[in-house]
Amino acid sequence: MTILSLTSIQKSFGEQIVLKGVDFTVKSGEVHALLGANGAGKSTLMKILSGDYERDGGVITLNEKELTINTPAHAKAAGIEMVVQEVDTALVSSLSIAENVTMNTFIKGPAFFSWKKRYRVAQELLNRVGLKLDPAIPLSRCSLAEKQLVLIAKAISEDISFIILDEPTAALSTKEAQHLFTVLRELQKQDVGIIYISHRLPEIMELSTRVTVLKDGYVTLSKETSHCSSEEIVRAMLGNELVELLNDEEDRMLGDTLLEAKQFRIPSTGESVSLSVREGEIVGVAGLVGAGKTETARALFGADPSKDSLYMKGKKIRVSNPQKAISAGIGFVPEERRKEGILVDYNVVENLTLPVLKQFTKFGFIQRKQEKTEAEKWIKQLGIKTQKSSLLLNHLSGGNQQKASIGKWLLTDGDVFIFDEPTKGIDVGAKQDVFQCIKNLAANKKGVLYFTSEIQELLAFCDRILVMYDGKIAGELNKHEATTEKIMHYATGGHYGTVRS
Amino acid sequence: MAQYVHKEHVENDLNTSKLSLQEKIFPFLYRYGTLLVILLTVIGFSLANDKFLSYQNFTDILRSVSIITLLAIGVTISLIVGGFDLSVGSTASLATVTSAAALVLYRQETIVAILIPIAIGLLVGLLNSFFVVKVRLPDLLATLAVMYIINGLHLTFTKGFSIYNNMPLSEGGTAPGVFLPSFLYIGQGEIWSVPVPVIIMLIAVIVVHIILQQTRFGRLLYITGGNEEAARLSGVPVQRYKMYAYLLSAFFATLAGILLAARIGTGQVSAGAPLLMDGVAAAFIGFSVFGAGKPNVIGTFVGAVLIGILLNGLTMLNVPYYAQDIVKGSILIGALAFMYYEKKK
Repeated sequence: MTILSLTSIQKSFGEQIVLKGVDFTVKSGEVHALLGANGAGKSTLMKILSGDYERDGGVITLNEKELTINTPAHAKAAGIEMVVQEVDTALVSSLSIAENVTMNTFIKGPAFFSWKKRYRVAQELLNRVGLKLDPAIPLSRCSLAEKQLVLIAKAISEDISFIILDEPTAALSTKEAQHLFTVLRELQKQDVGIIYISHRLPEIMELSTRVTVLKDGYVTLSKETSHCSSEEIVRAMLGNELVELLNDEEDRMLGDTLLEAKQFRIPSTGESVSLSVREGEIVGVAGLVGAGKTETARALFGADPSKDSLYMKGKKIRVSNPQKAISAGIGFVPEERRKEGILVDYNVVENLTLPVLKQFTKFGFIQRKQEKTEAEKWIKQLGIKTQKSSLLLNHLSGGNQQKASIGKWLLTDGDVFIFDEPTKGIDVGAKQDVFQCIKNLAANKKGVLYFTSEIQELLAFCDRILVMYDGKIAGELNKHEATTEKIMHYATGGHYGTVRS
Repeated sequence: MAQYVHKEHVENDLNTSKLSLQEKIFPFLYRYGTLLVILLTVIGFSLANDKFLSYQNFTDILRSVSIITLLAIGVTISLIVGGFDLSVGSTASLATVTSAAALVLYRQETIVAILIPIAIGLLVGLLNSFFVVKVRLPDLLATLAVMYIINGLHLTFTKGFSIYNNMPLSEGGTAPGVFLPSFLYIGQGEIWSVPVPVIIMLIAVIVVHIILQQTRFGRLLYITGGNEEAARLSGVPVQRYKMYAYLLSAFFATLAGILLAARIGTGQVSAGAPLLMDGVAAAFIGFSVFGAGKPNVIGTFVGAVLIGILLNGLTMLNVPYYAQDIVKGSILIGALAFMYYEKKK
């Protein structure tokens, strides 16, 4: 039996400490589930193990012999393969399936490799993962689930002892997920150690033999799966303080309808949605990865403009670009903070005042003093932790960056705020601030649309929850009737519970 | 991409004493390296040739630098929005030829000989922004194509011949007009013994610097280049700002072209082509001045001055012109190496 063990692994990005001494051990023939909320450090830990990142501290050992893993090649040599979440980044879509699964031979094998032999090897590998496809067809014709299996086939094309799967079922249908589980159990029988990252509890209870939970860079739970309950895992994932914080029982006073979409076509999914948000209301929009949440949020803001009109306070408007949305009183906090939400090479003041820069301009010239005073007022109010307001956003932690990304819309004083996964990759303290900020917005009679896949957050403070599945709104639940099960039922297209039991 | 950014160097403990020295010197070189190089070259050339350090020679240097600087300001603005304008060289050629043609072939006044090239130059800018903003071609490729088109256009117009006073015409006789003294004054005149082109250059540098640093227009140009998507989602009309940048880029290239025509007194074909590379080099050397790490006009000016000093000094030392490119390339790579080294950290 092989034992792979990581001891007191540490990693930080700039000032943000992601892993604060994590221990993790996986044995051959076990399915070890790794859980944690967004930003807990799961992916970082696995990227260290697969040689993508270099660790700052800690030891990795294989059968008590120390391993050097500084590059992906080192990890491969030690028999560790990773199946990443974004399968497209690990495969070449213009090549055939056969070429993709035999990629390792291209790198290490002989200079000449006959097509006949390649197809034979590819066919064998595809059989092992139960994929009935012609290896000669190009990868671009495969579905997402098929690509995932191709990636697994590529991983097992060599003798491997450990395989890491990062949220493999995130975008799979239940039937496809079941097939994946069969393949994984087969690998388990062949004595491969499987590290399985997910935050779907039911499949973890079904599949795994051992669970490790990460929270804010620490291990909060590590146990045999058969010895722990779902509640225990949830508590370890979210922590007591968040469970406390999330208990928000007060009823809010709702006013008139602010933003309304009637059969509003989302260009990037091709589906139409209808939704509305009232003054002082927090409307949650739930859905798994790939359900069309981000697409909907972007279309409502005019980032990917739709041809249809929206209604703002009963007035018909067309948001053909973000400027129109902003002048109609809509603000948007996008999912990809560093790519879309903020300018990392600019300072806090410049980021905060960007949408309202005109207010600080006289005859084309920026009134820097006035700009700085106003921005510093908001820095204080938002609780952005920065030594000085002229610090580049790059030097701030994720949570503080997110506050800046939200804060700039507070300066515009709009009416409707759209949030897309606002708590992604930020720590609990910053989460609290973000929640508080959103609650304040609602208290000030603003409307909030909160798009997230974190069901706990939705249950905590949304007045109404819309659940998306396959680009459409599959169900609507009010605050008092919503439960995790009901949301999951709609989010999986009504399959939830039928499969997991 | 992100993973490369985050990959941090594992510092070797044994080298700590050496590192601390490096840590002191590198930031200094990063900020003042380019100025230091200028200082050293000036000292070096003065020692080698006693005529180098004279007022006359310095106005010569600045005069030769003025045209490159104007062109480089355009390149800098296109770099600021995250683009790249390769067509500035041929736009300058076009401006040279059209202003000469207006004067010599069509007997126009000085003001017309200035306004017509500017109008045509702005059309080139529109063409560039159409391909980049509307058709969404990569900047480098779109402006490369436009560079060829404009180059071909101005050669077709002149049938490959330069335009000069009393030139013979194909339909017989000589050209009716001449380069007017008022036009030549732009390129050859002096005010209080400062050459006019130098004054134009200094005004351009100062005005553009103030606009870029102090106005909303300038801030939004930089922000568009900093992160186009984040800027767009914050309500910045990024497409319009990119268009402005290409219009300005073409405008400054045209200005350089007119100045060139006024200085040499002929409408030389393809005169702007060699300016492109010097302009690009000046703009990139400018990144490193005062450790800015991004395109900026003061840096560009310093970069152009550095190139001008080198060319002037090397010519005085009888270094053949073809060998001077080796020096230019080395300076450029040195400036870029410092900038990227610092950015990686």
